[in-house]
Amino acid sequence: MPGLEDLYREVILDHYRNPRNRGELETPPALAAEGFNPLCGDEVKVYVLLEGDRITDVRIGGQGCSISQSSASMMTTAVIGRTVDEARDTLRSFKQMMSIHEHGLEGEDAPPDEQTGTSGLGDLEALRGVVKFPVRIKCATLGWNTFDQALGEALS
Amino acid sequence: MNLDVAAIKADFPLLGREVHGTPIVYLDSGATSQKPRAVLDAMDTYYETINANVHRGAYHIAELSTTASEDARRSVARFIGATDEHEVVFTKNATEAINLVAHSWGRTNLVEGDVVLLSLLEHHANIVPWHQLAEERGTEVRWIPLTDDGCLDLSDLDQLLEGVRLVAVTAVSNVTGAIPPVRQLADAAHAVGALCLVDASQHVPHLATDVAELGCDFLAFTGHKMCGPTGIGVLWGRRELLEAMPPFLGGGEMILDVRQDGFTPNEVPWRFEAGTPPITEMIGIGAAVDYLEGLGMDAIRKHEVSLTDYALRTLGDRFGDDLLIHGPTDTAHRGGILSMCLRDIHAHDLSQVLDQHGVCVRAGHHCAKPLMRELGVTSTSRASLYLYNDESDIDALADALADAAQFFDF
Repeated sequence: MPGLEDLYREVILDHYRNPRNRGELETPPALAAEGFNPLCGDEVKVYVLLEGDRITDVRIGGQGCSISQSSASMMTTAVIGRTVDEARDTLRSFKQMMSIHEHGLEGEDAPPDEQTGTSGLGDLEALRGVVKFPVRIKCATLGWNTFDQALGEALS
Repeated sequence: MNLDVAAIKADFPLLGREVHGTPIVYLDSGATSQKPRAVLDAMDTYYETINANVHRGAYHIAELSTTASEDARRSVARFIGATDEHEVVFTKNATEAINLVAHSWGRTNLVEGDVVLLSLLEHHANIVPWHQLAEERGTEVRWIPLTDDGCLDLSDLDQLLEGVRLVAVTAVSNVTGAIPPVRQLADAAHAVGALCLVDASQHVPHLATDVAELGCDFLAFTGHKMCGPTGIGVLWGRRELLEAMPPFLGGGEMILDVRQDGFTPNEVPWRFEAGTPPITEMIGIGAAVDYLEGLGMDAIRKHEVSLTDYALRTLGDRFGDDLLIHGPTDTAHRGGILSMCLRDIHAHDLSQVLDQHGVCVRAGHHCAKPLMRELGVTSTSRASLYLYNDESDIDALADALADAAQFFDF
């Protein structure tokens, strides 16, 4: 049985208590997108500032649970200073880590291991335990999907 | 008469299971109730002994199947005080029942500028169909505001009723448990020539329901919250209204005749039941009615009032101002629904910790976002009580809440 400590790792609680890069950016020049989790009513707003293809700032607004808030907070530290392509690689790796694949819903199987290509995520690895709690996966990916949406706005 | 809750618990097989190595504490009956053995057996027996399509075959088991499903309609009619079982239309759920009224009655009778008056307590099921109608027909959705203690503010009711053709209101809030004065609203609607639709999804399972006493014109509810199966709901409507309404869905069962150039709709209620109906579920809801009637709705309500009172006292004593419970404090005016916010712990996080204790509550916006915005929250954790809950369940909830408060202590 997965326990609470599998979900609420210390680094997650730290980002929840002290969220990084909260706030707003002026639009334009910043891009912005709004995401909703219809299950729980969580709302997140992601602002992205680009200089050329480099992400120079990201801010997070809205409210949500510890998983969605900490995941969005960690995301900001992972993508600020990176190029759009690098950020999208991280996004892909993260979403791969968050996919359930054939792992049992009862959480008895092991979570994805390093061989699935999800290494190099740093602090974000702490969110690996979320896959044992399938209903929370949407919480963890909310900020990322919204970030992707904001980037999409730039390319459209 | 008091309920023998230990005996009732034993009627519900699922309540005997464990989750995460601890006995289940099921406090989410507002979302769906558990099912007693009597309902499960009735549905199994139907499939094992008389399964055949209804209103079609002339053979023996087809007759038995038709009779059994129509008996269920009679039981449901009796259960809600309807004198004419032909006023009971079976639908998929309460949502479909309300959509049926919006599509059939609404699109026939309402024109641009007509007003549908809702309360801010409504579930999305009693909001979105009226928004859809407004988009299509130019009708208006208007809202009855709330008082500070979460009841309906009817001080400007006369003004609110101007131009209103339908008052559509919940009988018990699925978020706060608040019980609005439905009779007063129905009478006020009729006084201005409007009709009254009642969403009784949280009422029929918990309080004795009598459509004549409520004074409404339409009543919608669902089977799975009243010990019955999913996949079946009910629309009750006054017969002359139903008879004047065109069919909602077209197909088999709902016709008297089909020609190359058109069709003649069937009589009510079958006019509104296109296709093979959920026969087994009709048997199931009939068995659920029998089960609830056997215990007595007044005894069930009395039990829930006393348990809600115990819950409010226990949680208030243990958590004080740390635990906010929305809704009226007077248990005479509320159902057994407790929407809670524990400090600033997010509902999703709170329910996750509760789950580790086997305590099942609903976390989220409860499909009532206009109300949530009014309450100033995006989500709450909701414990909802039913006939099989007792004080030990409340104590388990309180212990789990204390654990959550400790876990997220910062």
